[in-house]
Amino acid sequence: MRDVYIIGVGMTKFGELWDKSLRDIFVESALSAMDDAGVDHIESMFVGSMTPGLFVGQEHIGALMADYLGAAPVPAVRVESACCSGGMALRLGFFEIASGNSDIVLVGGVEKMTDSADVTAALATAADQEYEVYHGITFPGLYALIARAHMARYGTTREQLASVSVKNHHNGSLNPRAQFQNEVTKEQVINATLIADPLTILDSSPVSDGAACAILVSEKYLKKPAVKIIGSGAATDRIALHQRDDITELRAVKVSAERAYRMAGIGPENIDFAEVHDCFSIAELCIIEELGFVEKGKSGPFIESGNTMLEGKIPVNTSGGLKAKGHPVGATGIAQVVEVVEQLKGTAGKRQLKNIHIGLTHNMGGSGASSVVHILKLVE
Amino acid sequence: MPTPGYTREIPQRYRLEANKCKNCGKISFPPRLVCPYCGARNFEPTKLSDTGKIVTFTTIRVAPGRYAAYVPYSIAIIELNDGVKITTQVVDCKPEDLEIGKAVRIIFRKMYPEGKTGIICYGYKAVLI
Repeated sequence: MRDVYIIGVGMTKFGELWDKSLRDIFVESALSAMDDAGVDHIESMFVGSMTPGLFVGQEHIGALMADYLGAAPVPAVRVESACCSGGMALRLGFFEIASGNSDIVLVGGVEKMTDSADVTAALATAADQEYEVYHGITFPGLYALIARAHMARYGTTREQLASVSVKNHHNGSLNPRAQFQNEVTKEQVINATLIADPLTILDSSPVSDGAACAILVSEKYLKKPAVKIIGSGAATDRIALHQRDDITELRAVKVSAERAYRMAGIGPENIDFAEVHDCFSIAELCIIEELGFVEKGKSGPFIESGNTMLEGKIPVNTSGGLKAKGHPVGATGIAQVVEVVEQLKGTAGKRQLKNIHIGLTHNMGGSGASSVVHILKLVE
Repeated sequence: MPTPGYTREIPQRYRLEANKCKNCGKISFPPRLVCPYCGARNFEPTKLSDTGKIVTFTTIRVAPGRYAAYVPYSIAIIELNDGVKITTQVVDCKPEDLEIGKAVRIIFRKMYPEGKTGIICYGYKAVLI
């Protein structure tokens, strides 16, 4: 396989972008990535989007975006794996370059969630329609089931869950593209409106519009400093949460991470910082366990004592994460890459980390039935 | 709506029909064509146990359209006595009555009225015993 580098990234602000359309936000982020990379053409594109058909009534996203980007007749396809559609688009773009088929590829993600749709119902299509959703479960509900089981098994506390939201809102307050740039307290998180016990609205990522893109190249178009993709891993699990042996285990996350670490030839101890899929506070706890940053069951105390804060041992979700930056589902996996690339290049502004070399992105679909992990390294 | 899709699910929703792998003996609910435990493709029909215990639970307070009028309602993952786990509502009790490990029985209940004509969809729910 050939080496693959990211030479440019771009994204829209995340939030309620009522004056812009699905195609507008995608093209805005694509042009921003192309300008950042200093390129004027691409050879193919992969666009992650979970369910534009339900959100705005539009399918055939690959062709639409290639057309409005002025890139037709390049090959373009939409990639779907629920909330990790963006991360999977990156993975397909990675293999497009690694295989030798293209030398310059645009990977992106986009979602327009605030137009009018029944968002809870649209998102629930990522769960088992006949054996979970039919019975009235929702995504907050699924993660609440995980949270309750984690609390019962490992003694994880309500306060420890809240500390994820407090941290991510703090980081979001330093990110001008975040949907929420306000701090919250543990008390505010715990006393906020319950959505699915024990999770409140402040344990939950918001409904967002947004798009993000990255330009991947082979050695032929490499411009330094660049960020090399040194590991890519993906995995799946039983789609219905209840069919898994252990409700607190996200096996697809663990396996996708093991595959990415193996490709990179490193382990979790070599990761300096990470962007992970905190769709709900409990998700961040389970994920950092599966990624190997902390022992299974010990994420609560680990997070509560500050290890994942900006100045901590392994900063997690420096962008504000899905919680504060926003979660336009298809765009999230690429927006994570935008954050890691900017941190590695030293352009992350007020939330800039110091002495970092390797970052990890983790993006997952549904209640963890699909997962994709990438490991990125600065090349100077 | 009683579409072909609804009709297809009736054996599971009304009668808890499952299949048992002839190779490893594990039960799949709903029935599958390939055993997820051993990969075998030969099954025999069986029925799920109608009693079990709560593995984890929540109370849904924000629901999509079809269930919006029913909030708050409680949902649990139940491990049945034959080892199969299902997701289902726990009814005829208060949210605060639920606890991990509590015993339940699976019963046949109305789920929700579908579409403009209000045709009633049915399925299984759980009650504490």
